[in-house]
Amino acid sequence: MTTETVHQTISGNGIGQNGSSSRLNARIPAGPIESKWDTHKFNMKLVAPHNRRRFEIIIIGTGLAGAAAAATLGEAGYNVKTFCYQDSPRRAHSIAAQGGINAAKNYRNDGDSVMRLFYDTIKGGDYRSREGNVYRLAQESVNIIDQCVAQGVPFAREYGGLLDNRSFGGAQVSRTFYARGQTGQQLLLGAYQALARQIALGTVQSYPRHELLDVIVHEGRAVGVVVRNMITGEIASHTAHAVVLATGGYGNVFYLSTNAKGCNVTAIWRAHKRGAFMANPCFTQIHPTCIPASDEFQSKLTLMSESLRNDGRIWVPLDPTDSRSPDRIPEPERDYYLERIYPAFGNLVPRDVASRAAKRMVDGGRGVGPLKNGVYLDFSDATARLGRNVIEERYGNLFEMYERITGENPYYTPMRIYPASHYTMGGLWVDYNLMSTVPGLFVAGEANFSDHGANRLGASALMQGLADGYFVLPYTLADFLAGNLGQKVVPVDHPAVKKVEAEARDRTKQLLSINGTKSPEWYHRALGKIVWDYCGMGRDAQGLQKALSEIPALREDFYRDLRVLGDGDEMNQSLEKAGRVADFIEFAELMCRDALQREESCGGHFRTEHQTEDNEAKRDDDNYAFVAAWEWQGQGKTQTLHKEVLDFEYVHPTQRSYK
Amino acid sequence: MRVHLKIWRQKNARTEGAFAEYDLDNVSHEMSFLEMLDVLNEQLISGGQEPVAFDSDCREGICGMCGVMINGEAHGPQRGTATCQLHMRKFSDGAHITVEPWRSRSFPVNKDLSVDRSALDRIIEAGGYITAPTGSAPEANLIPVPKEVSDAAFDAAACIGCGACVAACPNGAANLFTAAKIAHLNLLPQGQPERWSRVVRMVETMEDHFGSCTNYGECQAACPKEISIDYIAYMNRDFVKAQLKNRRLIAQRG
Repeated sequence: MTTETVHQTISGNGIGQNGSSSRLNARIPAGPIESKWDTHKFNMKLVAPHNRRRFEIIIIGTGLAGAAAAATLGEAGYNVKTFCYQDSPRRAHSIAAQGGINAAKNYRNDGDSVMRLFYDTIKGGDYRSREGNVYRLAQESVNIIDQCVAQGVPFAREYGGLLDNRSFGGAQVSRTFYARGQTGQQLLLGAYQALARQIALGTVQSYPRHELLDVIVHEGRAVGVVVRNMITGEIASHTAHAVVLATGGYGNVFYLSTNAKGCNVTAIWRAHKRGAFMANPCFTQIHPTCIPASDEFQSKLTLMSESLRNDGRIWVPLDPTDSRSPDRIPEPERDYYLERIYPAFGNLVPRDVASRAAKRMVDGGRGVGPLKNGVYLDFSDATARLGRNVIEERYGNLFEMYERITGENPYYTPMRIYPASHYTMGGLWVDYNLMSTVPGLFVAGEANFSDHGANRLGASALMQGLADGYFVLPYTLADFLAGNLGQKVVPVDHPAVKKVEAEARDRTKQLLSINGTKSPEWYHRALGKIVWDYCGMGRDAQGLQKALSEIPALREDFYRDLRVLGDGDEMNQSLEKAGRVADFIEFAELMCRDALQREESCGGHFRTEHQTEDNEAKRDDDNYAFVAAWEWQGQGKTQTLHKEVLDFEYVHPTQRSYK
Repeated sequence: MRVHLKIWRQKNARTEGAFAEYDLDNVSHEMSFLEMLDVLNEQLISGGQEPVAFDSDCREGICGMCGVMINGEAHGPQRGTATCQLHMRKFSDGAHITVEPWRSRSFPVNKDLSVDRSALDRIIEAGGYITAPTGSAPEANLIPVPKEVSDAAFDAAACIGCGACVAACPNGAANLFTAAKIAHLNLLPQGQPERWSRVVRMVETMEDHFGSCTNYGECQAACPKEISIDYIAYMNRDFVKAQLKNRRLIAQRG
């Protein structure tokens, strides 16, 4: 369908006061931004300690958001069940975050504050996020660091024993706390250990190797989930007073991404098909510093932390035909293009800006490496200035990882890097309380759309996951539950539950019975290629229209020619994969449709038709300063677009400039 | 390059397994070991055979989900490298490669190369944490930690919980895994209040599930994060000290 018809569909819906769809009430508290969250916390209802054990909460996903929420809610006295597809909650993909976590502590005395972190995040997100949510995130950032240190997270320290900081892209202050290049691992282990304590105490029941197949919505509320035990194949339902999805992002829609192999869109897509609106699915982040693909068998891409841009200098040879090894190319024949184009931020421009600049270099034939698909990230100046010891201390594990993968030693040869899909800012639409459009269904962390607008700043994903899990959900869930005191959970043998469960069983049987010729992996690669080509770093109407005709055809072929061997009542990784790919295919269509309707460039969404003279993203604030929230209308029908108009009271949208 | 694979196939925990042999052509040097298995699986599927089940997730050597015995070595021939980070350039053309699941009574086989490592979670649940309810933390810089202490704690905290130490140990002991977590927490000032109860509870739970350590040192050699066996000595010392500390507490209570 064309964008025109999208707009027609919108006009059929009620429009609220500021032009937003009346179906979307963001519930941003009134009052000055500094006091919104405090006022809201006071106004929200509470559940008294002795009543908390009467409530059941289901949490899907045990990454930073899920594990932090589960540990906190279990500690508070609620009955919590957690589910994850990995064999232990400790393995969720938050673990792979390398660089760090932002917090407005101002320990460097360099002008940081909650207001500045708020400002940087809104600006970095290219003015497509909510002021209220982002300010709260900046406020809670400082509590996260306190909490994690108390748990024993071994953050980097100065010799005096106090915490160290580093700088990161998109900011002019040093506010990033880090634990070598393994910050995500250490933060997740902290949350996992807090969760493990609750598991031992019996407040949390943990179900590892369980995958969500569907969300149960009954009488307009989320009342439970259908899950599959990935070892026995048993499909069962669990019901509760509230369901939290903390299932991460959908970056694997590109097939090649820095996400873990298991990361998938299934939970949020199933919820979408049960009534939760999907917001801004076209906002995806392409991370600038990943190792370029080496061959066609590549199964995933590996990220090299953005923190490397602190000391590494990015360049390509001035002459596209220069085939000399990098150390033989003299200084004047190198183009340090980020430093040249963006002198104020240099190599530390935000991710979207750095990624597109790299793409322009490679597209212009100046790529380096055997496939000419990368740019250099060079540490020779920093090594000369700081000494090898300092470089080793800061980045040793990253250098080792690079050498393992490429066989090249970055202490002597510059790294080769290229952008790859890394994070997704879009996700299920949530209000200020992190509740989706389905009452009782909450969404936390990367799975929701809320805080990063059209582009996330480095070291802010960990901050958001933990803020949602430790400090937001425990309040907002209580507010929701308080109104339901005395209400029983829907029994698992209720016909409404059994119906959803039967549908999930049928889908599984269907995947097993097609008996075609192509593997789920084949379809995933095919989908990834379409999405990367037409809805990747650069997008245009023509390409998106093409994707919108190719994806349904791929879906049709999938249900005609898929081959899944083995049975459903045993461990069957092909079956798991097939279910995820089926959902990715449907999701990809919505992602392209969203990219097509957004006739502007902003953050990670770059419509080549809309760029400034010097190739930067050109926003259209008059027509597109809104959150696009899509409502499922049934299989084969086009989703309806609802708009939540964004108001900017404190940060006035300007053309982002990092020059 | 070409490789000849001998892979353990087992339907589930209740059935017996056996080796199956496969030849794979067109393996590239740039491929990771798991990408080589991906290629094998695609070949098996197109030939109508069930693919080999194996665990992996992040494929960056940090989540600890992957891990197989490769020619008898946990995670294969490259030191300090998880299976997912091992690349085929470490093998020669025509290599014979035997691939087995972790071999330990504490890790029952789920299917083929996938095993159940949940006993490791039981050890963490027994005390591998610092009790710090959300919201109760003091300001972060109120707890200075000497850099050397923080670094030593970090070296231990780098454990990814993959279970290679158990698989490599002739006794199937989980001492390196347990010691790494104990050292991470017991070295830090924040870990002191629970230090003695932590070591006792974790060691006792470890012994319920795993074999005993007799200082072979295979764990350290197999560890993809190169965690030092010194931490086992640290754990043992804390365990012994804890007996005295606890006895004194009992005496004080009368």
